[in-house]
Amino acid sequence: MRKLVLAVAGAAALGLGAAWAQEASQPLPDEHWSFDGIFGTYDRAELQRGFQVYTQVCAACHALEHLLYADLGGPNGLGYSEAEVKAIAAQAQVTDGPNDQGEMFQRPGRPSDPFARPFANDKAARAANNGALPPDLSLIVKAREGGPQYVYGVLTGYREPPPGVKMGQGMNYNLQFPGHQIAMPQPLRDDSVTYADGTKATLQQEAHDVVAFLTWASEPTMEPRKRTGVKVFLFLLVATVCAYVVKRRIWASVH
Amino acid sequence: MAAPVKQNKLIRWIDHRLPVFTLMEHELNEYPTPKNLNYWWNFGSLAGIMLVIMIFTGVFLAMAYTPQKDLAFDSVERIMREVNYGWLMRYIHMNGASFFFIVTYIHIFRGLYYGSYKTPRELLWMLGVVILLLMMATAFMGYVLPWGQMSYWGATVITNLFSAVPVVGNAIVTWLWGGFVVDNPTLNRFFALHYLLPFVIVGVVMLHLAALHQHGSNNPLGIDRKGPQDSIPFHPYYTIKDLFGLGVFLLFYAAFVFFWPNLLGDPANYIPANPLQTPPEIVPEWYFLPFYAILRSVPNKLLGVVMMFGSIFILFLLPWLDTSRVRSATFRPIYKWFFFVLIVDCVALGIVGAHRPEGIWVVIGRIATAYYYFHFLLMMPFVGWFERPRPLPTSISSAVLKGGGRLAGAGATMEKP
Repeated sequence: MRKLVLAVAGAAALGLGAAWAQEASQPLPDEHWSFDGIFGTYDRAELQRGFQVYTQVCAACHALEHLLYADLGGPNGLGYSEAEVKAIAAQAQVTDGPNDQGEMFQRPGRPSDPFARPFANDKAARAANNGALPPDLSLIVKAREGGPQYVYGVLTGYREPPPGVKMGQGMNYNLQFPGHQIAMPQPLRDDSVTYADGTKATLQQEAHDVVAFLTWASEPTMEPRKRTGVKVFLFLLVATVCAYVVKRRIWASVH
Repeated sequence: MAAPVKQNKLIRWIDHRLPVFTLMEHELNEYPTPKNLNYWWNFGSLAGIMLVIMIFTGVFLAMAYTPQKDLAFDSVERIMREVNYGWLMRYIHMNGASFFFIVTYIHIFRGLYYGSYKTPRELLWMLGVVILLLMMATAFMGYVLPWGQMSYWGATVITNLFSAVPVVGNAIVTWLWGGFVVDNPTLNRFFALHYLLPFVIVGVVMLHLAALHQHGSNNPLGIDRKGPQDSIPFHPYYTIKDLFGLGVFLLFYAAFVFFWPNLLGDPANYIPANPLQTPPEIVPEWYFLPFYAILRSVPNKLLGVVMMFGSIFILFLLPWLDTSRVRSATFRPIYKWFFFVLIVDCVALGIVGAHRPEGIWVVIGRIATAYYYFHFLLMMPFVGWFERPRPLPTSISSAVLKGGGRLAGAGATMEKP
């Protein structure tokens, strides 16, 4: 009986394993990130460079709906001072109102404003992009299988289409993107930006920095989360060991 | 037995009029419990604690959540980013659903292994199945609330199942949706019900406990207690044991909440719901995957729905499908192995549920579904008749005194002081 059951279970396990192995998708890059692991934190210089890449390249088409300018400062921000955040916000023109005359008006952005959007609405975005809608980026890293590795893979995955591959109208060949045909033209190349801190702007560097920034954008509370987690975990560990010792003592009289 | 709490005058005054202290004394303090419970018996109290955690965090989330289709997704992101410790509340709640199901599934399999559903605990078991069904309904509706892609399309697929009902199917679906598509009315009612059902669960849990305390816990030997030498008071013995178990459990739970909060979730649910764009794969949360696999393994839609729901409803009949008088699988040499095969079967169904129903997955899914029903409908009655159980110990004490690691199963060796 036992042998039969083990044999059946073994065969079932093998079958499942084999079936699983069949489904291979595009492998993800193996990039290392400062925010990896339970003690990982964001690298502020990297985030600021990534923010520069976003502002100068991505922001032309992609919004960051869930972010306020104020998020750039503060303990969970990019390390900018209050004055710097105000200056960054003031570069945007924001429609406000209506004023006392009942009219909408333009004013410089304030830290409490959400990030300015490149298009007024989705239809305008499609019209400007050959029918394709550039997705909002504030959750892009959390919303894709593979997270930062995947986004990095797409940004560095542009190639000439291999011979024989028929490309759709206005589509670009990308190794990482599912189906390999992506509407977004290659956004980053060597020296797409000139970094304020003098870092050499290779494609890999830019992609790495902007992915770090987008990871922060999808979860600015990651650092307090992990910090709290380490404390909670240590507390629970001590409390559990204490409970175990007390349990042993109480139960010593039973049996 | 005179309870020490009764010495306080105010407590005596209250207790004379409303005997809550007497009740607590009886049911939480001196409540006699078998002395040989192993650590698998921790999962009942863990499930109760998870229910409290879910209600607690859920109430705080509801304070900042907006059940309106254009605002729901953004309000969840606001909770994550701007509400103080909102990320903590949400991650505890979101992962809490998974961990609630983990402890509940373990609790159920413990009951299956040790025969906790057998006389006189049939109603206790059936109330548990009711709780499971309520939990599933609550979890399903809760998953819809963030109004992401998986929320929306999961709700569409699952509610559409009812269209398989002959004649009135489509009318039922329209009635469930409150319209002709999953839309704002659907979200509104799911929110209302998601807030209501946990309190219904609390009510059924009370009944579950009342039924439990009528005859007391089953135990790893599956034999009745013969006298006071077989019992120990719940407090302090099981309060401290449950507390230690809770600590170990919370270590795992906290690891997910703080370090891998999105590992169990689907990335697609961080994309706002879009009725015009079906995601490439619509997959339910992991704890529904085995049922999803059963659904998709049956070629006929109505039959698939019936077999999916049937896989849970069959548990109601378990006390009568199992013909063996011996409770604990420790003494049932054949059933024991079928039990482990059932676990493998359920895991296999879960893996199948996570894949597109193509090629080998269809075959595995069908075999596993058939086996699931074979286990309950054929194996259980027949093995009960043919199997020769091993001799039962005369009493809990005698087995424990013999140091019966072999008799009491894996648990006894774990708890030996």
